[in-house]
Amino acid sequence: MLTAAQRKWSLGWGFAAFGGIAFFVGTAIAALLLWDSGATGGQFFTPYTWQILRFTLWQATLSTILSILFGLPVALALARRPKFPGRIWIVRLMALPMGLPVLIGALGLIGIWGRQGIVNATLLTLGVEQPVSIYGLSGILIAHVFFNMPLAARLLLAALERLPAEYWLLSSSLGMKPLSVFRFVEGPATLRVLPGVAGLIFMLCATSFTLVLVLGGGPAATTLEVAIYQSLRFDFDPPRAIALSFLQIGITAIILAVISTLPKPDDDENLHGRASRRFDGRTAGARSWDTVIILFATAFLVLPLASIVASGIQADLWRLFKSPAFHQAALTSFAIAVAAGLLSVVSSVAIVVAQEAIGDMKRPGAGARAFAATLGGMGSLVLLVPPVVLGTGWFLTLRSLGDVNRFAPVLIVIINALMALPFVMRVLSPAMATHRRRTARLSASLGLSGISKLTRIDLPPLAKPLLTALSFAMALSLGDLGAVALFGSSELTTLPWLVYSRLSSYRTNDADGLALLLGLFCLLLTMLGTAGRERHQQDE
Amino acid sequence: MSESVVLDNVELALGAKTFRFNCAIKPGTITAVTGSSGSGKSTLLNLIAGFETAYSGRILIGGRDVTLRHPSERPVSLVFQDNNLFAHLDLFTNVGLGIHPALKLSGENRQAVSDALSWVGLDGLEKRLPGTLSGGERQRVAFARALVRRKPVLLLDEPFAALDPGLRQSMAQLLLDMHGQTGNTVLIVTHDPNEVRRLADKAIFIDRETILLHAPVDEFVRRDDLPSLAQFLEG
Repeated sequence: MLTAAQRKWSLGWGFAAFGGIAFFVGTAIAALLLWDSGATGGQFFTPYTWQILRFTLWQATLSTILSILFGLPVALALARRPKFPGRIWIVRLMALPMGLPVLIGALGLIGIWGRQGIVNATLLTLGVEQPVSIYGLSGILIAHVFFNMPLAARLLLAALERLPAEYWLLSSSLGMKPLSVFRFVEGPATLRVLPGVAGLIFMLCATSFTLVLVLGGGPAATTLEVAIYQSLRFDFDPPRAIALSFLQIGITAIILAVISTLPKPDDDENLHGRASRRFDGRTAGARSWDTVIILFATAFLVLPLASIVASGIQADLWRLFKSPAFHQAALTSFAIAVAAGLLSVVSSVAIVVAQEAIGDMKRPGAGARAFAATLGGMGSLVLLVPPVVLGTGWFLTLRSLGDVNRFAPVLIVIINALMALPFVMRVLSPAMATHRRRTARLSASLGLSGISKLTRIDLPPLAKPLLTALSFAMALSLGDLGAVALFGSSELTTLPWLVYSRLSSYRTNDADGLALLLGLFCLLLTMLGTAGRERHQQDE
Repeated sequence: MSESVVLDNVELALGAKTFRFNCAIKPGTITAVTGSSGSGKSTLLNLIAGFETAYSGRILIGGRDVTLRHPSERPVSLVFQDNNLFAHLDLFTNVGLGIHPALKLSGENRQAVSDALSWVGLDGLEKRLPGTLSGGERQRVAFARALVRRKPVLLLDEPFAALDPGLRQSMAQLLLDMHGQTGNTVLIVTHDPNEVRRLADKAIFIDRETILLHAPVDEFVRRDDLPSLAQFLEG
């Protein structure tokens, strides 16, 4: 239905996005490949890399298992208790860690699980000699469970809430006991999505950078991503960084390949709060079990968040707010976030527009179809080549050209934009598809095109999803420590980098205060984004 | 194997509506429950099945007070319009769960399941998943489960509404056959005046949250003094 000119423009946008991403990622990988490869070859399977690789996979495996073992009973309990007081807020709370900058979460966890935190204080009064350590493997696991248990619980809950209401009527009418309900109804429903959930969480934990950087460290508790960063920043050992980078790409490629074979769990937000009535689990035992599980999970999530607020307020917020270091970092962060957000949204629109133009062709050739598929893959390329690897490649490229610092802001913007791209695509792609379904025929029949179509037909209904996508991308960039870690310096400081350097120099008070401010910014952005999104959904 | 169903001054408030039901259903009859959408047909069934609990009044099945009983403790079988079968479980398991909720089945039970499946015309399909069947066939499986449950009361909530008109007739015949075999007390919610004539001994007409008329079908279809009923009978 597109005119020839419209198609040409759409495809042109797609080619531009494709070219840009391919150039950026390709250059990074080429730099890794072309670096004195003789030196790199011997670095692949040294005892050191083996240890790092083993630890990466081991902690990811444990994190996945623990997140699911904890998330499953939470999901079952929430599904069984549609009228639990404050249920909708608990379900929303479960979405919070996904949007919380990881560094802030880590600070909150240290506040609760650290040496002076209430968990260890309680354990000590109970007479437990060896307190829980928030550092090392145990700390990484606690943090990964904090971020991923709610994800598991939400996805499993969605799977349970998707079941027809009749199932619960039937199972209670047939007289099924909790074990039978689990065996015949809940179990099969959750089992179907469990591999997908596990794959997703494993992926997130295997590529987790910030948490391991803050809570891990030392060769005994370092993952590939952190080891790459350390090789480059502390030891300046490019061959080792390169070897680790390729191991990282290999691992993510394998995980992504496995995940692609698994059924996708989807988190349909419209489902939550529309829970079916349940007639099982009416016994006192079942009630108290569910209550304990839900309250425990809520406390596990709320306490670290409360700790961020509590210790943030104790910091001298006003002094921090006025300090030049904060102003500088906030300005830098916002400039980077705005640029990265816009870049991400524009690339995403370009990709979707080109895909739609190809879908619109009467008989797209094999080449066109392959291009559409490649464009889709481009959106998720950053999953395969993580930010630290991209950063390493560009770090090596630019070092041979001279001053890395000069280009650092641009690199951080592009890397952040790429990181946000999968999320932005997930918001924009369905919104734009709906919009096209509604208007494409009418626009074509009226002969609308160009600026007039853009401002009258396309922008008004798409403004909200665009704003949502932009605010998500900005929040992601604002809270990111991964890209800035490689390039941060006294000349280039973002808010997370400032928090991290305060934390590293044991100025914990300042770190807490700054984290609270950063958290508030991100929360504000996310609220802006979701507000647009909810209204958009009501329009549907 | 049939029992009476009595609703004695039953009251229930749902949202802004207050339902008031009073009726006595004779053992072994087929009673059609009719009325406009939202009048309270399904609520009546839910009260009998135990999915809603009356605020006041009593519900008696076979003379026993079940007002406060859990759904599993009431001697009823259910057939809904849709989703009667667990989609991930094969037909054998779906029917077998009607005999024992944890599927602990004796050899005799297993035979009963297979017999029931072949009685509804689906012999040999024990291992099939519901998704591979047509809508009518799935309802037949629900009937097979009701058959093996041997409960004195059978509640059907628009069981044929999703089926083609032609199929409805044969399913109605299957229900009559089943009733002939078990003699249980049947309540069937329906929108279709033809179904009332074809199936029922008695009919209930619910209007504005209460039972307006409870009469033998011959009388029911001839009444012309109730405008809302007349509208229903015209289709």
